[in-house]
Amino acid sequence: MNATQTLIALWTLVLKEIKRFTRIWPQTLLPPSITMAMYFIIFGNLIGSRIGDMDGFSYMDFIVPGLIMMSVITNSYSNVASSFFSNKFQRSIEEMMVSPMPNWVILSGFVLGGMARGLGVGLIVTVVSLFFTRLTMEHPLLTVLVVVLTSALFSIGGFINALLANKFDDISIVPTFILTPLTYLGGVFYSISMLPEFWQGVSMLNPILYMVNVFRYGFLGVSDIPVGWALAAIFAFIVALFMVALTMLERGKGIRS
Amino acid sequence: MAEPALSIRGLTKVYGNGFHALKGIDLDVQQGDFFALLGPNGAGKSTTLGVVCSLVQKSTGKVSIFGIDVDKDFAKAKYQLGVVPQEFNFNQFEKVLDIVLAQAGYYGMTRKEALPRAKQLLSDLGLWDKRNGSARMLSGGMKRRLMIARALMHRPKLLILDEPTAGVDIELRRSMWEYMRRINRDEGTTIILTTHYLEEAESLCRNIAIINHGEIVRNTSVRELLAELDTETFLLDLAAPVDQAPRIEGFEILQVEPSQLALVIHKGQELNDVFSALSEQGLKVVSMRNRANRLEEMFVSMVEGNQQAIDQREPQEARA
Repeated sequence: MNATQTLIALWTLVLKEIKRFTRIWPQTLLPPSITMAMYFIIFGNLIGSRIGDMDGFSYMDFIVPGLIMMSVITNSYSNVASSFFSNKFQRSIEEMMVSPMPNWVILSGFVLGGMARGLGVGLIVTVVSLFFTRLTMEHPLLTVLVVVLTSALFSIGGFINALLANKFDDISIVPTFILTPLTYLGGVFYSISMLPEFWQGVSMLNPILYMVNVFRYGFLGVSDIPVGWALAAIFAFIVALFMVALTMLERGKGIRS
Repeated sequence: MAEPALSIRGLTKVYGNGFHALKGIDLDVQQGDFFALLGPNGAGKSTTLGVVCSLVQKSTGKVSIFGIDVDKDFAKAKYQLGVVPQEFNFNQFEKVLDIVLAQAGYYGMTRKEALPRAKQLLSDLGLWDKRNGSARMLSGGMKRRLMIARALMHRPKLLILDEPTAGVDIELRRSMWEYMRRINRDEGTTIILTTHYLEEAESLCRNIAIINHGEIVRNTSVRELLAELDTETFLLDLAAPVDQAPRIEGFEILQVEPSQLALVIHKGQELNDVFSALSEQGLKVVSMRNRANRLEEMFVSMVEGNQQAIDQREPQEARA
């Protein structure tokens, strides 16, 4: 394929993915906005007013970046995991496999589709948060960069999960038992400076902590961890997981007999 | 001589569980041919075609499409290839038009190029009115035609049809045959067909390969194969029932029902002799038809013969 044909193929796949999640918006776009509105009301307004300040900010202001990031992570991951697995399950993945589309285009198409949903939901949650607080952004470029990179990373994660999955249950195991606990323990609702030293050390092993903190730094200008180091780690993870996913795709893992 | 549309050499496939699905297949399909790949279930037809269209990874062997070695440039080879699989493999929740346009996009066709092509193909296959409906609302026959339209979007030179008319009613099957004949004749598209309807293979195909237990048992023209047919069985419907089958010297006649006889004709025998003898015995034949399709008889005898050969070989191998 020449460069133009490759771009057409990629755009076709991305558009198809965007059409898919917008077609089923009551399942994909509406629930996160309702759930996050509940978080803002209960944790931000009702309980948050009794908690007081966190790192010098109101509790509502403190949790907003973390909740936006939580939505981006779960939606990016689950979009690719469920979409690619559905394609496997319905065998419509064969449409792509018999075409001359290179594997990196197939992978990138699904990842960009996952990012479109993750970032779309992130934007919706941001808009919802404006009903509860006045958002300020200390470092807009950094904020955008980190949310885009995080979305890409978890979209690739969802792709690998779908490649390895043999049944629908297999695509809910990682989000339920790994992603959700790591997100909740990743400093969305609290600053790790509140934890005893030992648990602060343990928290530093949680990759989501870095993403939430850099994202919060973009909004509020405060972070528990060094921003540059965190960005480098996210980028390295993206490159490594992309290569893993691509190698699995080249070998036909889970899709070719 | 032009490169074959498809050339397969020494193709083997051993699945992870140790099953030898293909045991060294050699096959050539010439450009412009209408070729049938026949075999019983599990013989290796779909595995062979799966390797050709990259859905199955081969163990060893070489596959070339119009001279392009798939190991060297599969992407280029795939441009020549259109695939209609045995099972529905599109997203049932997508619109019909979106399915064919997306396929064109995967081949790098712009929407401007793809839309007229989609309109032409969907109209030819009677699906244009359904273009904005969800694919799951289509009948089984329409879904098969949708897969044919999708496979033809990028104008492939080689079309692979894996049981394209399975579950399709007779009228629709015949209209699909006519369509396939047309694209083979008018557009020069080489077609490889697998089917369980041997009437379909006899009616459409010029050349044929029979595969059984992962080996090519025969690879010849349909005409030559039928010429080898040693016996043919006809069913004769009588005007009145008989107590037992009439005896006619040199012919094998069996009673199927009180007013139906099965007549086995060997090569060289003439039907006129039978009818004369039946008339002399006062029996009137009101209608006559083949008991089975001619190719079907040939196919059954070959597959059975191959099975016997394997059964004889295996005990010896077991002893060795």
